[in-house]
Amino acid sequence: MDFSSINPALLIASLMVSATPILLAAIGEAVVEKSGVLNLGVEGMMIVGAVVGFIVAVNTDTPLLGFVCAAIISGIFSIIFGILTQYLKSNQVATGLGLTLVGLGLSALLGRPYEGMKSPTLKALEIPFFSDIPVLGKMLFSHDLMIYFSIFLVTLVWWFLKYTHAGMVLRAVGENHDAAHALGYKVVRVRMLAIMFGGATSGLGGAYISLARVPQWTEGMTAGAGWIALAIVVFASWRPWRVLFGAYIFGGVTVLQLNLQAAGASIPVEYLSMSPYLITIVVLVIISSRGNQGAPASLGRPFHASS
Amino acid sequence: MYIKSVIAGAIASLGVAAAALAADVKVGFVYVGPVGDYGWTYEHDQGRLAVEEHFGDRVETVYQELVPEGADSERVMTQMALQGADLIFTTSFGYMEPTINVAKKFPDVKFEHATGYMRADNVSTYSARFYEGRAIQGHIAGKMTKTNKVGYIGSFPIPEVVRGINSAFIHARKVNPDVEFNIVWIYTWFDPAKEADAATALIEQGCDVVLQHTDSTAPQAAAEKAGGVITFGQASDMAMFKPMPRVSSIIDDWAPYYIARTQAVLDGTWTSTDTWDGIGPGMVGIGEITSAVPADVKAEALAMKDAIASGDYHPFTGPINKQDGSVWLAAGETADDGTLLGMNFYVEGIKGDVPQ
Repeated sequence: MDFSSINPALLIASLMVSATPILLAAIGEAVVEKSGVLNLGVEGMMIVGAVVGFIVAVNTDTPLLGFVCAAIISGIFSIIFGILTQYLKSNQVATGLGLTLVGLGLSALLGRPYEGMKSPTLKALEIPFFSDIPVLGKMLFSHDLMIYFSIFLVTLVWWFLKYTHAGMVLRAVGENHDAAHALGYKVVRVRMLAIMFGGATSGLGGAYISLARVPQWTEGMTAGAGWIALAIVVFASWRPWRVLFGAYIFGGVTVLQLNLQAAGASIPVEYLSMSPYLITIVVLVIISSRGNQGAPASLGRPFHASS
Repeated sequence: MYIKSVIAGAIASLGVAAAALAADVKVGFVYVGPVGDYGWTYEHDQGRLAVEEHFGDRVETVYQELVPEGADSERVMTQMALQGADLIFTTSFGYMEPTINVAKKFPDVKFEHATGYMRADNVSTYSARFYEGRAIQGHIAGKMTKTNKVGYIGSFPIPEVVRGINSAFIHARKVNPDVEFNIVWIYTWFDPAKEADAATALIEQGCDVVLQHTDSTAPQAAAEKAGGVITFGQASDMAMFKPMPRVSSIIDDWAPYYIARTQAVLDGTWTSTDTWDGIGPGMVGIGEITSAVPADVKAEALAMKDAIASGDYHPFTGPINKQDGSVWLAAGETADDGTLLGMNFYVEGIKGDVPQ
């Protein structure tokens, strides 16, 4: 086998493109779960974002507008989940699954007239000086806007959760919603905002798939990316930087195994195909085994205001 | 009292109207992908639409798309049979055992299974000789590649896919002794994201031709993004990517076969058969070869197409050796259908193993 044909710069560039949709969905879901809500509807919100982003981009010829609308519509879609779980006190797991199914079906319906069309895609940004650096330039500095935005978002979430008062309130609501309520924090309002944020970022992730990675719309095109994002959030112990790391490992191994196959590696193809999932789980579990940060203590439990 | 009789009359007339509209034959279609894939399933649906247009009111068609292979497909087929389907087309290799199982339960319903090899009294099989189209693709690929690397996105390592790889490779090597094939298996017929990733990986490794045995247009989009890569439409024309990167295509034309089989059910002459037609009978169409292909290459490709169609040339004509060097076909000898249907080996010159 000929490993020299695998170009590390292109590999890392492809890795980042492959991982970004999952990263966007996962970071939003991390925030949602930190506030104590288990939203299993990530897949549904992603695919709704994908179809909305595609429709808007095709009709207006501006991909950026597609992303913005995808975020807004997915956010609104997730409000349904929010109302059902926070105001009507329905079971979060079941409602989330229902959201997924509705999202999948709704997106198929909306996307019908748009199958087979091509959409305008994001152009790669050419940053004046950095893009020309021999290896690193191609690897890190020639991506489109959404990839940089996703990394910026992770930084923002990390800073928000760790260093701001509002972030602390969100974490408190997730850890012990009764105590937070007793202190006067509006639990339901915080959770609704978190749910909307999670919905918006999942929509962005889905739109990235239909507008940048595979510029096309087809039914069911997220192919389980939402579930992978959910798993990454758990295995990353709900910490933003580990979510980034997990998403990049998953995207990286996916791209690497295809490159290994193309280069003629002698590892059986079946093992290469399952490697992204296995390796991501193993690596994240190892990292999280030291320093025990468990789930937010109120995750998944409905909040009943007691006074 | 008056209202009741009005309602009763309305219902009765609706019933009569419904009975009058009832078709003679109901035909069901089970699809593995979405109708909008502009690939494999799209062409089957075009066949279905042709049946509807040809027979008008005499035939009613129903279809279900995105049916996973396995137990779910049995449920879908059973439901179609219970709803009164007389003829059911199951359009994917993975529906083989489910079709046989459901056929046992409904001996009066006729089944047509695409690309399979199990038959029964009420189960026919049909397939198209895609390898004839692959021969033409291989010829064009071998002539047009500048890096001598051709990428091939394989779905599942079944004989049909291996046949296509072998046919394309033989004809690429014939015109270009230095050409190499890089084969990637993605274990799915339809997954645009994975197909795009696979195509990108192959292109990054230096392939400037990408052949696919998967159903979406994602590899064409990836090739267009990369620039300088040629691709071929798979199962349908994928015309929106003309003239580059799609320089030609294999088009599956199921309409004549579907119309003929539906007519057989209407006439009562349907029997279990195995059909394997190629370019000659019109089941395999070659899409327009665009101007991106040099004129002499285009002429050679069209000449090969005519030779295959008339039966003068068989894509698998010896001398051809198997990958381990042993002789498979002697000079002038052509492969028989049986070996082709069970093909699980690469021909000499392809690197790598067929996954088991």
